Amino acid sequence: MPATDPYDHHGASPAVTARGIRVRLGGHEILHGIDLDAYPGEAVAIMGGNGSGKSTLVRALVGALPTSAGTVDIFSQPRSRATASRIGYVPQRASAGGGVTATAREVVQSGLLGTGQVLPPRHAKARALEALADLGVAALADRDVASLSGGEQQRVLIARAMVREPELLILDEPMAGVDVPSQEALAHALTAKRDAGASIIVVLHELGGLAPLVHHAVVLDQGCVTHIGEPPRALGVHALPGHDHDHAHADVPEPEGSTFAWEVRP
Amino acid sequence: MIDLITDPIVQRMMIVAILVGATAPIVGTYLVQRRMSLLGDGIGHVALAGVAAGWLAGSWAGFAQQDALAIPGAIVFAIVGAVVIERMRARGIAAADVIMAIMFYGGIATGVLLISAAGGSNANLMGYLFGSISTVSWSDVWVTAALSVAILVIGLGLRSSLFAVTHDQEFAQSTGLPVQLLNMTVAVLAAVTITASMRVVGVLLVSGLMILPVAIAQLVTRSFTRTMTVAMLIGVATCIAGVGITLFYDLQPGALIVVLGVVLYTVVASSAGLVRHRRRRRDHAAIDHRELASTEGAAA
Repeated sequence: MPATDPYDHHGASPAVTARGIRVRLGGHEILHGIDLDAYPGEAVAIMGGNGSGKSTLVRALVGALPTSAGTVDIFSQPRSRATASRIGYVPQRASAGGGVTATAREVVQSGLLGTGQVLPPRHAKARALEALADLGVAALADRDVASLSGGEQQRVLIARAMVREPELLILDEPMAGVDVPSQEALAHALTAKRDAGASIIVVLHELGGLAPLVHHAVVLDQGCVTHIGEPPRALGVHALPGHDHDHAHADVPEPEGSTFAWEVRP
Repeated sequence: MIDLITDPIVQRMMIVAILVGATAPIVGTYLVQRRMSLLGDGIGHVALAGVAAGWLAGSWAGFAQQDALAIPGAIVFAIVGAVVIERMRARGIAAADVIMAIMFYGGIATGVLLISAAGGSNANLMGYLFGSISTVSWSDVWVTAALSVAILVIGLGLRSSLFAVTHDQEFAQSTGLPVQLLNMTVAVLAAVTITASMRVVGVLLVSGLMILPVAIAQLVTRSFTRTMTVAMLIGVATCIAGVGITLFYDLQPGALIVVLGVVLYTVVASSAGLVRHRRRRRDHAAIDHRELASTEGAAA
């Protein structure tokens, strides 16, 4: 069993195997050799405080940032253009968008492109509409994405990843600045995806509405893994700087009136 | 009027104006999308150095027509300039505005130096700085047509991929799209567009022809595809109007086309603002009316 896998996966082969990932940006090393495993049908949360390297890690996993050392295998193959077609990536909302307005449908349709697919496939429009409908935003298909609320934009970005029918879904802070109805829609869509056998890696500041989805968490601090295992509850105490990860402790209880009721994970 | 239409000079001017008016906004849309509206200016100035280099080469080779190599020189310099700018941008060697500044001053200074070395004067460069559509020959028309076809086929054919890359590069990278190649395609398309448009509006104003129609279209459209289509129509309309007006009035066509674009932008922007303002007032009035009705209902 790999060092980073605290759970038994009954011999299933991993969706992601990252070993010794190092990333340098602007002359500084941001990640100092990260190991990560994610398996089909499970969701892994990458947690940590601001500047801990969470986003850098997922950007390195999808190939949006070059690594200075380490390997990333996707479904047991070295990451390449060929493996990219099995990945759906949802970057941070702020990173997306250009100077020209675009409709939600156009944005989602761009998810159908990729390796060997520089022209849109057949039925691109219908597939994009279907993906928007799955996230409950079909009515927004012809709206300018920039005019949508944060939650609606996030749903559009997730639809863009989902339209690829990915076996591995990687999301960077999907719940940041998202209204409660959108949080529920996202949690529902992600749970359905996980239950259908996809592997999910999600960067989270705190578990919040995605707590029932997440199997285990990888907590980063200053570019190093400081905890792998049971997800820190509610306030994410493992993410706190100076937190003692080596000794058992009682997690901070969940605050009252938490965002919304969710199904209990079996 | 019939005389005008059958005049081959007018025919050549109109054909070039329509081709350039339709193609410049295609690349313009991608540049605005990538928030690099000034890239056209940077490449345009480098193209000017190419014009002068071509001129110098022509005079060394002893061509009867000294500027025979001016356009080929511009194409080569513009493409090399575009590739250098794109590589510097992609590798983060310098900030985009610093790269642009270096291109602006480097291009224009090199152009002036080379043209003086070729025994020419800055007056020779004026036609390329501000355009000289009335001097286009049939061979110029064919060159412009060939470049325009290339822009139309690549710029429209690869629209989905180029949109994906210019809209969200990080996501495009994750999908396996050849991001670097597509970014380079935009830069080279911009270089080709600039050389094709140089005879109409000149390098100093070429960016206006690429960006203004897109800026106007954006005021009235929501989708990327429609913005591009409307911008192409606006580009053709302003080019035809600009060239058409100069047939009757002694005005500089390139400058007129750009000024028409600015005027159109101002008119559309203010009417769009007016429509938004009216709609907001109407919505507020409707809300006030509903609130009043509900208060009255409660009182009754």
